[in-house]
Amino acid sequence: MITLNINGHPHPVDLPEDTPLLWALRDALGMTGTKYGCGVALCGACTVHVDGAPARACITTLATVAGKHITTIEGVDADPVGRKVQQAWVANNVPQCGYCQAGQIMSATALLRHNPHPDDQAIDTAMSGNICRCGTYGRIRSAIHQAAGMQEPQS
Amino acid sequence: MMPRDPLQQALDGTAGGAPAQPARRGFLQEVAALGGLVLAAGLPGVAAADDEPKKYGADGMPHGWVDSPLVYVAITPDGTVAIVCHRSEMGQGVRTGLPMIVADELDADWKHVRVVQAPGDEERYGNQDTDGSRSTRHWFMPMRRCGAAARMMLESAAAARWGVPVSEVQARLHKVVHVRSGRTLSYGALAKAAAALPVPARDTLRLKTPDQFRYIGKGKTTLVDAQDIVHGRASYGYDTRLPGQLYAVMARPPVYGGKLRSHDASAALKVPGVLKVVTIDGMPAPPVFHPLGGVAVIATNTWAAIQGRKALVLDWEGGPNADYDSAAFRASLEQSARAAGPVVRQDGDYAAAAAGAARTLSAEYYIPHLAHASMEPPAAVARIKDGKCEVWGCFQSPQAARDNVAKRLELAPADVTVHVTLLGGGFGRKSKPDFGVEAALLSRAMDGRPVKVSWTRDDDLQHDYLHTVSVERLEAAVNEHGLPVGWLHRTVAPTILSTFNPTAEQEFPVELGMGVINVPFAIPAVRIENPPAKAHTRIGWFRSVSNIPHAFAVQSFVNELAVAAGRDAKDYLLDVIGPARKVSPELLSDHWNHGESPERYPVDTGRLRAVIERVASEAGWGRKLPPGHGLGIAAHYSFVTYVATIVEVAVDSKGVLSIPRVDIAVDCGAVINPDRVRSQMEGAAVMGIGAATLGEITFREGRVEQDNFHNYQVTRIEGAPRQTHVHIIGGDYADPLGGVGEPGVPPILPALCNAIFAATGKRIRSLPIRDQLAT
Ligand code: FES
Ligand code: FES
Repeated sequence: MITLNINGHPHPVDLPEDTPLLWALRDALGMTGTKYGCGVALCGACTVHVDGAPARACITTLATVAGKHITTIEGVDADPVGRKVQQAWVANNVPQCGYCQAGQIMSATALLRHNPHPDDQAIDTAMSGNICRCGTYGRIRSAIHQAAGMQEPQS
Repeated sequence: MMPRDPLQQALDGTAGGAPAQPARRGFLQEVAALGGLVLAAGLPGVAAADDEPKKYGADGMPHGWVDSPLVYVAITPDGTVAIVCHRSEMGQGVRTGLPMIVADELDADWKHVRVVQAPGDEERYGNQDTDGSRSTRHWFMPMRRCGAAARMMLESAAAARWGVPVSEVQARLHKVVHVRSGRTLSYGALAKAAAALPVPARDTLRLKTPDQFRYIGKGKTTLVDAQDIVHGRASYGYDTRLPGQLYAVMARPPVYGGKLRSHDASAALKVPGVLKVVTIDGMPAPPVFHPLGGVAVIATNTWAAIQGRKALVLDWEGGPNADYDSAAFRASLEQSARAAGPVVRQDGDYAAAAAGAARTLSAEYYIPHLAHASMEPPAAVARIKDGKCEVWGCFQSPQAARDNVAKRLELAPADVTVHVTLLGGGFGRKSKPDFGVEAALLSRAMDGRPVKVSWTRDDDLQHDYLHTVSVERLEAAVNEHGLPVGWLHRTVAPTILSTFNPTAEQEFPVELGMGVINVPFAIPAVRIENPPAKAHTRIGWFRSVSNIPHAFAVQSFVNELAVAAGRDAKDYLLDVIGPARKVSPELLSDHWNHGESPERYPVDTGRLRAVIERVASEAGWGRKLPPGHGLGIAAHYSFVTYVATIVEVAVDSKGVLSIPRVDIAVDCGAVINPDRVRSQMEGAAVMGIGAATLGEITFREGRVEQDNFHNYQVTRIEGAPRQTHVHIIGGDYADPLGGVGEPGVPPILPALCNAIFAATGKRIRSLPIRDQLAT
């Protein structure tokens, strides 16, 4: 039994410790906001934060995250930056199908925490690992710029 | 009980298609607690349009259309307006767009609207196939009538309550007002009485005039699923979870038509979490929507199933397509394109035109197979109880899912319920419900327990219903001004029809009507030929379908002719199209016309010219550009919508391509949700750029060579246009609507390649571009 600390709460999981975090979240814990898109760190759909840094849950084993702070899309609104990003996403009507957007929001939040005013180049670099097959990239850029310029949102 | 009506399900708190979705379930429980959706409860649906002439548009679709508010609208006593969306949401915005039309005519307050997803039941809802860029174009009027009828029922109920003539009352934003006295009654307070009234006859409905629209055309409506999406609450096929659910992945025949010779599951069964390994039989060709068959590993979680699949020892027999090889097949298509083939359109005498011409030019264009690669691969859950099967999944055509599951399980369709989740992209792949049938068979193998089948990315790429592969050969006879007087187009590509008919080797009217025969050019001698091509894999429809190769070839070739004539590309394109006129598609040998009436939907070269003029002025056609930059233009008519596109490229000294700007002018007639028209065009630009620059599925020894995003690349953020400007022409709401989801894609590829030629002098005739520009 491994205990994961997800969005501030302990979650015991009875899975082999080489299981990727993605499947523990989705299948064992029912937290399906974190998506599968490729399984091999090529698409970014499964992006979560581990101790604040973006990580691909599909290649992150349970053994490596036990005892660390994991944040998923379901909990990113506890972070003021995450909340700003979510608001900018809605204001710009970024999503099309929406499937990639959890990963996009997690990557964008990590970017803005680290670089509060990224230029397009910095955005492209940080977001390059997140595929959007619907092609919402232009709005993702706009929403990141908007979030960067936003006041702290009211919670 | 096996509820089938989502409004009825709402009473039971079971609707929503996705049992794991707390937000939606919360709403439905709340509705149930309030005593139900009274406007819909207990009343029979009115007859659909069976007695009306059915031929074109929505009338011509299986099960036609339905415009009864008893089917589509329900109002609770607390004033919540539930509106059914019967089409599948895959990013095009249909769960916002269609309900918004109803809400507008109903004069409902959008804040109090909840969208309820319909299960697959076309007898009740009318046609539910979400493809062909048709949902809004076919359902704008039925949805308006639904809303207007419900509004008039509320007005009648209020008038009766007050004892005043109905002419004195008016629905206004979720209330009915008695104009003279200023008295008001809320929709919630009137719902029950309104539900008891007859639905007004269609010819008595008072529709709004466009100046009264509150939401239609305004672009101020937020997406209904936006908050769920950004909080990770939105539920897709991949996210479906039922109590006691098991998780399966499958090993399918690597070659289409191949069979399992033998397998050894002993190692797989030792993987912790693996419960069972079962085989599913494939079916003989044609592919239709049958599962491919193979070996399924069923486990307590997806990861265990994936590990179990890796441990299977499998021996496959190749079957009839074991030699399919993309390089050899391309050569065979080219050979076919160089010899005369069956004529599918003929105007005048091409041979005579060529003999008398100042010169002839020719070129060949190639586009490989493409995979849809929606970010959510196919996934479905099924469970069987008491002889009834329930399926949840990301289906574009839920009725087809229902019919196919019923057939394979030997159940009556009425005993199969198909719940539609959100789709994480579809692009045509999810119109084929093979994965739903797999889930049903696996549930049966587990005594009816809920089983989810998840396709991994490699499954998705290796077992897609691929976009066809094609060679297009064009030849033009030009006069002394360099203008074409003769046009010969040979199109050679395996047909989608082969998926339904194993002997089909020629493009069928639907494919020919996608920009090869129905090209409305002012050229006296036109000869279009379609030599045969055999399919060796499952061919399916991919967003904008055959328009992709056809538009790429035609619009690249016109550009080549312009260059040869020393003319401006835009002016030349306009000259080739000729003067503004309305051309009957029948005259172009197009008897399909996207299923639309040739009278209501002629090919209008005036509209085609207008989008070209508009995009040229918006994009600054002819403006001075930095070195290494170029502008390319293309225009294409598809899904009864006119699109012209200008792409600006920059190619650096190493041959690295970037795209500073894309301009798209679109005339799809009147616009319902402008923001979603823009987003569809923006997305089409990215998808078109991906197909042009990176996309390619290849076969070797019958097997797909690509298995993930490292070798099937799609456009990432740095490859996307820096700016995309969408220019909407707009139109009259009384005129026929055009499609939006697909028509943005086709002109992107030729506009991009024409821009590359302008920037570098290099002509791209074979896609993908990949490193063809490297120096
Ligand atoms: S699923 Fe993890 S990066 Fe694609
Ligand atoms: S919104 Fe559909 S994949 Fe990004």
